Amino acid sequence: MLGKYLLDHETGGRIFLAVLFGMAVVVPIANLWVPADSFFHIPTYTVTLLGKYLCYALLAVALDLVWGYCGILSLGHGAFFALGGYAMGMYLMRQIGERGVYGHPELPDFMVFLNWDSLPWYWYGFDQFWFAMLMVMFAPGILAFVFGWLAFRSRVSGVYLSIMTQALTYALMLAFFRNELGFGGNNGLTDFKDILGASLQSDTTRVWLFISSVIALALGYLICRYIVNSRLGSVVTAVRDGEARARFIGYRVERYQVWIFTMSAVLAGIAGALYVPQVGIINPGEFQPLYSIELVVWVALGGRATLYGAALGAGIVNYVKTVLTGALPEVWLFVLGALFVLVTIFLPRGVVGIWRRRSNHGR
Amino acid sequence: MKFFRFSGLLAGLLISWPVMSSDAFETAVLSLNTRSFADKTVAANQLAAMEHPRVDLVLDALLEGELYSRRRSDVVVFATSLEAGGYHLVDAVTGEDLGDVGRRDVRKISVNNKLRRQLKGLIASRQLNAPEPDARIAAVEAISNTGDINLRDVIVRQKTVESNTSVLAALDLALVVFDLDSDDAAVRLAAVQASADNLHANVRVKLTNIAGDASLDEELRSAATNSLLAIEKKVSRYQMIETLFFGLSLGSVLVLAAIGLSITFGVMGVINMAHGELIMLGAYTTYVVQLLFPDAIAWSLFIAIPAAFVVSGTAGIIIERGVIRYLYGRPLETLLATFGVSLILQQLVRTVFSPLNRSVITPEWMSGSLEIVGGLSITWNRLYIFFFALMVFAALLLILQKTRLGLEVRAVTQNRAMAQAMGIRNTRVDILTFGLGAGIAGVAGVALSQLTNVGPNLGQSYIVDSFMVVVFGGVGNLWGTLVAGLSLGVVNKFLEPYAGAVVAKILVLIFIILFIQRRPRGLFPQKGRAVEN
Repeated sequence: MLGKYLLDHETGGRIFLAVLFGMAVVVPIANLWVPADSFFHIPTYTVTLLGKYLCYALLAVALDLVWGYCGILSLGHGAFFALGGYAMGMYLMRQIGERGVYGHPELPDFMVFLNWDSLPWYWYGFDQFWFAMLMVMFAPGILAFVFGWLAFRSRVSGVYLSIMTQALTYALMLAFFRNELGFGGNNGLTDFKDILGASLQSDTTRVWLFISSVIALALGYLICRYIVNSRLGSVVTAVRDGEARARFIGYRVERYQVWIFTMSAVLAGIAGALYVPQVGIINPGEFQPLYSIELVVWVALGGRATLYGAALGAGIVNYVKTVLTGALPEVWLFVLGALFVLVTIFLPRGVVGIWRRRSNHGR
Repeated sequence: MKFFRFSGLLAGLLISWPVMSSDAFETAVLSLNTRSFADKTVAANQLAAMEHPRVDLVLDALLEGELYSRRRSDVVVFATSLEAGGYHLVDAVTGEDLGDVGRRDVRKISVNNKLRRQLKGLIASRQLNAPEPDARIAAVEAISNTGDINLRDVIVRQKTVESNTSVLAALDLALVVFDLDSDDAAVRLAAVQASADNLHANVRVKLTNIAGDASLDEELRSAATNSLLAIEKKVSRYQMIETLFFGLSLGSVLVLAAIGLSITFGVMGVINMAHGELIMLGAYTTYVVQLLFPDAIAWSLFIAIPAAFVVSGTAGIIIERGVIRYLYGRPLETLLATFGVSLILQQLVRTVFSPLNRSVITPEWMSGSLEIVGGLSITWNRLYIFFFALMVFAALLLILQKTRLGLEVRAVTQNRAMAQAMGIRNTRVDILTFGLGAGIAGVAGVALSQLTNVGPNLGQSYIVDSFMVVVFGGVGNLWGTLVAGLSLGVVNKFLEPYAGAVVAKILVLIFIILFIQRRPRGLFPQKGRAVEN
């Protein structure tokens, strides 16, 4: 019943979920059971790379929820992603235990290095997986709630809000670079050993992380789809198209905005949490304003207000980035810059827009 | 080796004795060659009193340990050591070249610390007759640093003949420093009391010693403590002024960076994310101008300012015509597209000029610092840039208030549709405003090239800051931008000592975020109906 309600709307969404399901089945088989010399074998490196793209896709879907449907252009979603990542990183750090370079039973290496003698209070509880997972959602969620509540209540919107969010992630970056904050400073958190008792280096764990990413993306997509298809989603879209009008009709616009913004931040946090064990490091660089604004172009390229378009855009841009930064590193920024300009001018509806227009013609 | 020694001897025979050598001088120089330091001191004092042109050379050489005596003849010589071993000798009395000798042929005329201090004083007191006031001041300081009470008379004597005021001030200071060590309790007390507003390091050291020395008179010690307190107070007051100046300097840079953004944002309602890169282009223009005219570094900035205005202004107009024109009414998309432009510009500079920082030379007249009073000085480049920012601000204000273009710009800022209805050609205003804003960004780049490294990331760090200034001051409001920029700069610098640079920056960011909550339209909001949307 619910499934029908969610899927009837969109052909694109159905194809998207089918592709995800296909990946979840094919990739593990091709990695674990197909022999290494076979043509169909997928190396673990590729599995991790795909897993990374899936996390980015989830982040893009989260951004599309606020930008595409609510008209809030956040240039600081990287901050929520990174906060989720740090929460996961703290859990993984605590799992190292005595296997660190300094072999301290409780303190992570960087704290021993800084001559700290006890764990700061905000690191308590992160040795428990359930607590860390809660924090993955709460840390970005609470930040987004407080920020959104302050901003939307006083009707800060448009360009102002965008720059405010950029300042937010910039400030967080500066803060996390400091050693005194207790999150590893410049180097961030790294040298992870295992997750839930399974070694992070083994192929099986990698495949499980990949499958988790697929599931998270699919669930994230369905949740967002549910939200935008609901009555609340219609109100949110109304806010996007005419904020003042929606307010005059009698809706408490700021509540909807805060709610959507917080929800999106939580999804971004989850994406970050899945990202960190796969790449094996989280450092303040993730807070860079450049990364946050880069993810906006993923959504713009894929197509705003489609959700699956955002995921598609994340995949395309990151694939190009992987190829180009490997082969022609100095060309990548030209390409990225040109993407920003060309997409905004010539492809306001993104790649999905082209396909949609063509199918409309066909009818 | 033998040949050289022989030829040296031959040369000595061939060159006639210089007529200048006087007997008294020769005797004094030769009597330096003794083991007794007391005798050496006497000889040095005798030498210092003479008018002979070679006295300075001999005393310097003695101080530097380059004065030797020849073992066989007891001639006093200047010796410079050779790379191959051994020494090159010059007769100290006559200046005659004595050729190269082996290491064992000469013996050093040694000095101890006491003699060294006295020598410094003697050399310095001879320098008191130097024609340049700066050399005289340096000499007075050198005498003061010896702490040799015998040299006090030299200072007193010099005071009667000296006419230059800054040398006189240095002499007074030196007298106070001497008197702080005086045996006469009354003189010492007077000196302690007189040094209450003296910021010289020597004075502070001496006062601290007096205040901490339990064997001294109670009155003297409490006077010293009082003087020290007064000095501390003065130092902290100067530090305050210095911080204020640094804040204003940072603020003027912020104003320069933000003011162009302010007018484009005001007129067109779009944020130009490439604004920082236009600043960067201006800085690189300065670099290129200096490359093109390596002989005219002193004038390079005056060429660079109009050049940067043209380069950045043209780039701005291209951005407006090529990108922004298609995106009017879609501010968020404009933000993204101009961000793309900024990435392209950055990478372009990286490809053309290399990703490393380029060094821009600071002209002579901008380097160094201006000493307002003793202990308080400010650097010329920051001072110039502060006034330069004010000048740019004034020029922009004039353009906006007194010219036809300014009138049109203000009209479009207030109400675009109405302005168009009144016959103002919006397109023309857009192009000119954007060119003007971008050009000013370029000029800001010239100023920044004198303060920071010129690299591809130069602009990036200014875009958030500039935007904060614009938002804080109120969009499209020049006075607001000025006040906001200067006050943000000052607040930042005053927070820094307490919180550190990074935390200060975070605090300022948080402050602005909270400020926007209270007054979303800035310090000086524009009034009228046009404001909403």
